[in-house]
Amino acid sequence: MDGENIIELRGVDAGYPGAVILRDVSFSVKKGEIFILLGGSGCGKSTIMKHMIGLNPVLAGSLAVAGLEWSAKTRAALCRKIGVMFQSGALFGSMTCLENVLLPLEEFAGLGFKARTAKALALLDAVGLADAARKLPAEISGGMRKRVAIARAMALDPEVVFLDEPSAGLDPITANQLDELILSLRAARGMTFVVVTHELPSIFKIADRCAMFDKARQAMIALGEPRALAESSEDPFVKKFFSRGGA
Amino acid sequence: MGLTAAVGKRAVKYFAGTGEALAFLGETAVSAVALVFMPHRFRFADCALAFERAAAGGLPITIGIGFLLGLILAFQSAAALQMFGAEVYVADLLAIGLFRELGPLITAIVLAGRSGSAFAAEIGTMKVDEELDALRTMGLEPVRFLVVPRIVAATLAMPVLTIFCELAGLVGGALVLRMTGVPPAVYWQHVTDMSSMFAILFGLGKGALFGLLVALVGCGAGMRTKSTADGVGVAATGAVVGSLVVIALADGILAVVCYCWDL
Repeated sequence: MDGENIIELRGVDAGYPGAVILRDVSFSVKKGEIFILLGGSGCGKSTIMKHMIGLNPVLAGSLAVAGLEWSAKTRAALCRKIGVMFQSGALFGSMTCLENVLLPLEEFAGLGFKARTAKALALLDAVGLADAARKLPAEISGGMRKRVAIARAMALDPEVVFLDEPSAGLDPITANQLDELILSLRAARGMTFVVVTHELPSIFKIADRCAMFDKARQAMIALGEPRALAESSEDPFVKKFFSRGGA
Repeated sequence: MGLTAAVGKRAVKYFAGTGEALAFLGETAVSAVALVFMPHRFRFADCALAFERAAAGGLPITIGIGFLLGLILAFQSAAALQMFGAEVYVADLLAIGLFRELGPLITAIVLAGRSGSAFAAEIGTMKVDEELDALRTMGLEPVRFLVVPRIVAATLAMPVLTIFCELAGLVGGALVLRMTGVPPAVYWQHVTDMSSMFAILFGLGKGALFGLLVALVGCGAGMRTKSTADGVGVAATGAVVGSLVVIALADGILAVVCYCWDL
């Protein structure tokens, strides 16, 4: 991937006011890349993602998505450039799957009823859930909920899609199907994906590059292609992390 | 921890909570004003659903409690007034008491128990499930999306429920006076004589204010829900307790205002 950078972090301190979790983090994500944020539990990978999607401001440094830093002025524009799938799916329980996907289209797409319904159905079809359109989130499985959440995240054709632990809590077959889905969506739509995960099979299957974080050192300790890191990194934590997956 | 440190920590926590509550109030006010100028962005369907749950869902219990309230008030007062042969004035007492004070108050307490806690639990659960974060990342403000429709629904539902509570109370009172030998026609004559349009509208306005307060407290509690095992439960309890406190405060202030202005 030699494309232009779509996300850039320079000297970012990540965390919450009064609690720094990661210090001086710098990396960039290229357009069309599948970039993984990985590390052990509590290392701050979800915290970094929360900074990237504008939920929490960075404590220090700069973070730009599509050339814009998060602020009150840029918020509306940046929200159109990103789509997010949260770990739980975060679907609205009182709405059907179709209505969940329709929501951002109703609010922002400026499409008529028929056009937006057709688009929402096409998105559900793209994630293999056209049949579940009229079902409530409570009536479908965890894996299906995550697929619907991905469809909703892509509703406004964002430039970057963030996925928080997409494989968490899924059986290996469903997790693999989700990986296939991410790869097929990237191939079909050319979107950039930033994925938070520590599932090694997923990482090796879908990642172009990854950034690894370490809780103890409060720092990013590795950046690069996962196979190359697994094979040649001299860092004991990186070696240990990848060897547990048999890499 | 020393006493000074403990007091200081409590004070910091209290003022942080107050700041959060004020920020929530401000955000709600800004969203509500913005919706006045952009009504197409108001979530009418969500508001209608919340209204249906608050009004239609709360109607049976409100009528039941209103009826029992009228019955009990009439029984208690009739016993005393009968000694003076003045039991017919129970109708006057009920009309004044229900329309001005007890109708909106009792209805607000029912609303706080049913809808205030439900608002807190619904929004709190959404927060724990990251649905509020999902809204924010879509560029949708949770206050406009979730809070304003519920506030409008509760504010509109309260006067409707209050009317039914008051009418049920009057029917309960009528039943008691019928047993004590007061003819229904005389009872209703006394009720209509004592029921000024001002008293009725004042009661309904008070009801709407209480509805607004209950929804604000309930939604605010939901928005501040902590992502802990008991977070939603704490929010729902806080919504009911907080609602009762603000209702009592508002009622007290209105009573003083009415007294000072001779209303």
